[in-house]
Amino acid sequence: MAEQSTFARALSHPSFRVGLLGSFIFILLALISVVWTPYATDIVDIPNRFGSFSASNWLGTDYLGRDQFSLLMVGIASSLKVALLAVAIGALVGVPLGLMAAAQRGWLEAIILRFNDFIFAFPAIISAIIITTLFGPSAINAMVAIGIFNIPVFARVARGGALSLWTLEYVDAAKLSGLTSAQISLRHILPNVASLLIVQATIQLSLGVLAEAGLSYIGLGTQPPDTSLGLMLKEAQSFFFGFPMQAIIPGLAIVLFVISFNLLGDGLRDTLDPKLTRVSTL
Amino acid sequence: MQIIEKTVKKSLAFAAVLGLSTFSAFASDIRVGMVLEPPHLDPTAGAAAAIDEVVYANVFEGLTRIDQNGAVQPSLATSWTISNDGTTYTFNLKQGVSFHDGTSFDADDVLFTFERARAEDSTNAQKGIFAPITSVTAIDPATVEIKIAQPQGDFLFNIGRGDAVIVAPESAEKNQSNPVGTGPFKFVRWDQGSRVILEKNADYTGTPAHMNKATFVFISDPNAAQNAMLAGDVDGFANFPAPESLAIFEADPRYQVVRGSTEGETILSTNNAKAPFDDVRVRKAIAHALDRQAIIDGAMFGYGTPIGTHFAPHHPYYEDLLGTHPRDIEGAKALLAEAGYPEGFKATFKLPPPTYARRGGQIIAAQLREIGIELELINVEWGQWLEDVFKTKNYDLSIVSHVEPFDIGIYANPGYYFQYDNVVFQAIIEKLNVTADEAKREQLARAAQRILAEDAVNGYLFQLAKTGVWNANLEGMWPNSPVEGNDLTAVRWTN
Repeated sequence: MAEQSTFARALSHPSFRVGLLGSFIFILLALISVVWTPYATDIVDIPNRFGSFSASNWLGTDYLGRDQFSLLMVGIASSLKVALLAVAIGALVGVPLGLMAAAQRGWLEAIILRFNDFIFAFPAIISAIIITTLFGPSAINAMVAIGIFNIPVFARVARGGALSLWTLEYVDAAKLSGLTSAQISLRHILPNVASLLIVQATIQLSLGVLAEAGLSYIGLGTQPPDTSLGLMLKEAQSFFFGFPMQAIIPGLAIVLFVISFNLLGDGLRDTLDPKLTRVSTL
Repeated sequence: MQIIEKTVKKSLAFAAVLGLSTFSAFASDIRVGMVLEPPHLDPTAGAAAAIDEVVYANVFEGLTRIDQNGAVQPSLATSWTISNDGTTYTFNLKQGVSFHDGTSFDADDVLFTFERARAEDSTNAQKGIFAPITSVTAIDPATVEIKIAQPQGDFLFNIGRGDAVIVAPESAEKNQSNPVGTGPFKFVRWDQGSRVILEKNADYTGTPAHMNKATFVFISDPNAAQNAMLAGDVDGFANFPAPESLAIFEADPRYQVVRGSTEGETILSTNNAKAPFDDVRVRKAIAHALDRQAIIDGAMFGYGTPIGTHFAPHHPYYEDLLGTHPRDIEGAKALLAEAGYPEGFKATFKLPPPTYARRGGQIIAAQLREIGIELELINVEWGQWLEDVFKTKNYDLSIVSHVEPFDIGIYANPGYYFQYDNVVFQAIIEKLNVTADEAKREQLARAAQRILAEDAVNGYLFQLAKTGVWNANLEGMWPNSPVEGNDLTAVRWTN
């Protein structure tokens, strides 16, 4: 199927359009924050704290007098960074495992599947707490923790997609032409499960943002003076009665962020081969 | 989503409180919230104020006792006489007193306590209290004579502190986990990480406590503290950790906010033995970069009094040294350049759990960044702080409130965690310790304060305010903290 037509078909999907627009805005804000924010986020300006919406500070200022909009941009960037790298860890380890399991079957598959079950047996947040407690709270450890949880997700999707492909004739043809199973996995299987993996990556990305927010909220993720959406929410919590906007802004950002990526993922899934939807709900 | 869930929980909690309010009106127990959990419960063997905040005046008593105004009152000693030369104190002990384990109290216990604190291997955190003592003698079971080397103005105050409470030879070794004293409350149980439970001592011979049961609940998170207060899980905090929430409690008729001051000098603790902080120019640069009012406003919502040295502003000997290192970014940068750090440097900043440290740390980090000092903020739990910073001195900078009264003498100990070693200062403190004349003491104390400010030993930030939040129906709590402790003996419900 041609890339162009898939994208065009996806665009006609209303939730995909909304998701794409939302994700685009969030990613754009994150990218801009790397080179520019309206104000520096490491400057404390106590006399001007808890400022309300104004022309100079669009979303007001926080409890240390820092510009909320700038913080939000940086927060989105660090949340996205953690989520992206967590997805990368999950995909880089999980996809080869899944492809291997589908290609080799037998004892290797059994080991990989049991390993997946083992990781799945721990609730994601618990394993993340264990890792961050053992190695100290930081954005990197949060990333690794979330990434480890992503491994079995990608392994399962890759294996599920690959299994059905291994029964097809062109794979038999490839076998006959003398390719090893690793070569077949790479050349013939992976490109055909890619769309499935992309959908899964979008969903895991939104879950990653949520997980990062959760970890930072309980103090195990990003550490001050860096910021992330979860950390902003945590810091705002004690001012909730006096200054509710402090918590509403990052909270709303998390909600919109996650909804955008979920809509994007849903739209992609619906548009791509309907046969695949069954698998991607794993 | 988390917010909504919280709100729902909170409203349920409100409902529960309303439903129970008629019931709790006749309560004779109290639950007091504390931010820090004590590392153990023996006040004669530890520096942590949290120990005294649980056991002082409640479980343990000294020969004398400090009241809420900072005045010395009789306790296990009912009266005393001081010889004309001011060096011999004769204490008449209370009769018929027994420890919580049933053993009786007499002069031998006093002897044991003081010998234990004065011993070579003593683990007492305030050895300075006992240093001037030359001899302790039991004249008879009800009379003790203590001789000190020189007349001393604050001896009776010092022996009324938590570090000098009377312990029994039978139980002293186990006091860390099972404190046995003579006070109006008995120790019942310590659920580590959660609470310490005390109950009324039925055999107490003095004025009995109003409460039958007292529970100290440890809640380190300010948000959790606020929720516990609002939900009625605790009846009060002697020092509420979330100053930003005080306005809420002030506006709510179910609560009262008790404002006072503590003996807590909140300082930017600096490792004076570690480069680059061993260079006075670096320390002065830091002092020039600090904006105290911004820290007080930002971290404490305005609760706190700026200090320029390690001394309580409400003390008559206090010397106003706020102007020693005025905020001057350019001057600070010049000093750093002179010290060989024109580009600044990196350092670590270990922050214990209290709000003043965690929030103040962020503000100070931003202020020091202006002169090129990049601080890595490391949040540590209290036990870790005591181990890493206080004991092994493995730190660059930290923030902590020193809540002992008149504790400028800690700077005379080069082994203390600041590792400040100044012989001139040590000589002044040595002289101060043995001087009884008020005018001379004041002169020496002021000189000592000036040296600390000049040397910028630590960053002097502010005097910690004491902002108690209590159930509106409670009375008898101390507004100020002239000595570390939460004396619950006079606390009672008014309805």
